Amino acid sequence: MQPAVFEQISKGSGTVTSENKTQTKVGKMKKTILSVAIGAAALGLASAASAATLDDVKAKGVVTCGVSAGIPGFSNPDDKGEWTGIDVDYCRGIAAAVFGDPTKAKFVALSSKDRFPALQSGEVDVLTRNTTWTISRDTSLGFNFRTVNYYDGQGFIVKKSLNVKSALELSGAAVCVQTGTTTELNLADYFKANNLQYNPVVFEKEADATTAYDAGRCDVYTTDQSGLYAIRLKMKNPDENMVLPEVISKEPLGPAVRQGDDKWFDVVSWVHYAMVNAEELGITSKNVDELKASGSPDIKRMLGSEEGSKIGTDLGLTNDWAYNIVKQVGNYGEVFDRTVGPNTPLKIERGLNALWTKGGLQYAPPIR
Amino acid sequence: MAGMALNSDTPTTSKKASSLIYDPKARGIFYQVLTLAVVVLFVWMVTQNTIDNLRRANIASGFGFIQGRAGFDIGQSLIAYSSDSTYGRALLVGILNTLQVAVLGIITASIIGFIVGIARLSQNWLIAKLAQVYVEFFRNIPPLLVILFWYKGVIAVLPQARDSFNLPFQTYLNNRGLFVPKPIFGDGAWAIAVAFLIGIVATVFVARWAKQRQMRTGQPFHTVWTGLGLILGLPILTFLALGAPLTFDYPIAGRFNLTGGSVLGPEFISLYLALSFYTASFIAEIVRSGIKAVPKGQTEAANALGLRSNAITRLIVLPQALRIIIPPLTSQYLNLTKNSSLAVACGFADIYAIGGTMLNQTGQAVEIVALFLIIYLSISITTAIFMNWFNAKMALVER
Repeated sequence: MQPAVFEQISKGSGTVTSENKTQTKVGKMKKTILSVAIGAAALGLASAASAATLDDVKAKGVVTCGVSAGIPGFSNPDDKGEWTGIDVDYCRGIAAAVFGDPTKAKFVALSSKDRFPALQSGEVDVLTRNTTWTISRDTSLGFNFRTVNYYDGQGFIVKKSLNVKSALELSGAAVCVQTGTTTELNLADYFKANNLQYNPVVFEKEADATTAYDAGRCDVYTTDQSGLYAIRLKMKNPDENMVLPEVISKEPLGPAVRQGDDKWFDVVSWVHYAMVNAEELGITSKNVDELKASGSPDIKRMLGSEEGSKIGTDLGLTNDWAYNIVKQVGNYGEVFDRTVGPNTPLKIERGLNALWTKGGLQYAPPIR
Repeated sequence: MAGMALNSDTPTTSKKASSLIYDPKARGIFYQVLTLAVVVLFVWMVTQNTIDNLRRANIASGFGFIQGRAGFDIGQSLIAYSSDSTYGRALLVGILNTLQVAVLGIITASIIGFIVGIARLSQNWLIAKLAQVYVEFFRNIPPLLVILFWYKGVIAVLPQARDSFNLPFQTYLNNRGLFVPKPIFGDGAWAIAVAFLIGIVATVFVARWAKQRQMRTGQPFHTVWTGLGLILGLPILTFLALGAPLTFDYPIAGRFNLTGGSVLGPEFISLYLALSFYTASFIAEIVRSGIKAVPKGQTEAANALGLRSNAITRLIVLPQALRIIIPPLTSQYLNLTKNSSLAVACGFADIYAIGGTMLNQTGQAVEIVALFLIIYLSISITTAIFMNWFNAKMALVER
């Protein structure tokens, strides 16, 4: 089956204008993994591997991000066809930093199987698609990871009626899982380490796997915890399902770029750091204009209002790059609260994703 | 005079050179060599470019990963497999699963196809129309939809594991699949297999002898019944003589699911049924066209000789129809095998699904896509060679 890839041009975050309704939704059948691979190998990589993605992006006038096809809170088209989510906002942050305009982001929905060839072949400039940073992806796949925009861990969801309280009681269960993920490997390791039997039912698309679980084909569905909460919302009866307490893996999710392009790697990384630093310094999209003029030296340096500062231009951008990110997309905390936080249907606490000053792991190197 | 000789020589040599240019044979060879050179150059350039680009993008390459630990589990496997097995073994599991669904699908599709194809030619209006509806329905739907129809249908209609349908012989049916008792053979069970083989060999000899006798004396012989008796009877007798060395592992209800016994998962069942029903609609049309293509005079002549309609179909029409049927039938078998790669839609672990997982874990797209090509090509070419042999055997022998 050909994976359907839906492309669409984002039209900014939040505000709904009549413009948004007229936007065209181009759903077209895209290359199979086969043609991606062969095309990449035979023809594509020659141009894609040119080590100047930033220049290419500037020339194209749009940054192309690989995202997942529909995980609420991470990247999911809403009822108006507008992409929303923490991964989508990361991409908009990159667009704001490069162009000063978050709408210059283009999203390509990729299945977990298609995502790596798509990045390798240059079909996307960056993969902001809840992808776990692992050593083999960092090395043998030829990618670079540095920032973690969501610290996650793998969990299980089961039907309440099974009366299961712990994952250790799952011996003999049928487990639905999505192919080509670290999830699939962690699952095998966990059941083996605990001497439990299970019957894996493997699907290529997340939607197929969750539908099969919902229909009772499997007793358990497993993916990252954030994904479990998101998927629960889509079930026929969300309240009949519960997430088990065990977290069986570390899943640092972050953006990936191709190796050998340090300049672009820096831009992608510092977009995240700027958002985290902004939260730490108390800069929000509401007060950024005020603080730009009258903030502390730290804040002024970051927002590009310090005399003679070259931070932005050294990065290959303009000096107001960080200002644009915070003004147009928001700081890390704002994005988190808007997409997955306690006030969204997902109701996820900050937990590991709180700032380091508040007991979490989100820590950004200083901007100076 | 010498000058004259020289002068007269020149036109001959130029005539030789120009004759080479205008010689269609030489020109033909030249163009073929040129085409071959271009093709070789193109392949070489693509290969070289690929290697260069992979190196430049820091992507690991080579087939060394086949020896590595797979790390993922597979739900349906015909051979022993665990997450500790190698990628190579995972690939083998996939190949066997693909072959399993392809072989069973081909057999079932042929049976349904022949029945429906003959039914379409029936004198009975209802049977003919039903067969036509079947053909038009399945022929005009993409195979992927047929698979999803069966899969979603199977899952949605069948009960949950806890309230399975109880079928005879301790067989259970629920949306986790069909659970059947698993036979466990005791000591000496190999003798049953040997008896089965002896039965087949003996049948071949009986058939040969019966044919010769009929040629000589005109006496027909019931080869079919004798053969069935030999092939089934010998193993059954051996089985009884050994004191029935057979026990069953019955499925029993576990906490989540039925455990024990053998299970045919809904993924396999839906893919198998979908491919069989889909391909059968094409085979039915091939069979119908083959039978229609046998001239009416053949049937009439057989009638005139006083053969019964059963014998006419079996001895006159079908052998002639087969010659027309076999070549397009081969294409349908190949299509079925290739369509089995749609398994990925319903979660069946065929070669394409397992290869896809491997591709993701290792990131070695080029190598794995190359493996896909080699494996499907091998399966298809083997099928084609067998069918061509069968075709040659069935072809009209001109004397």
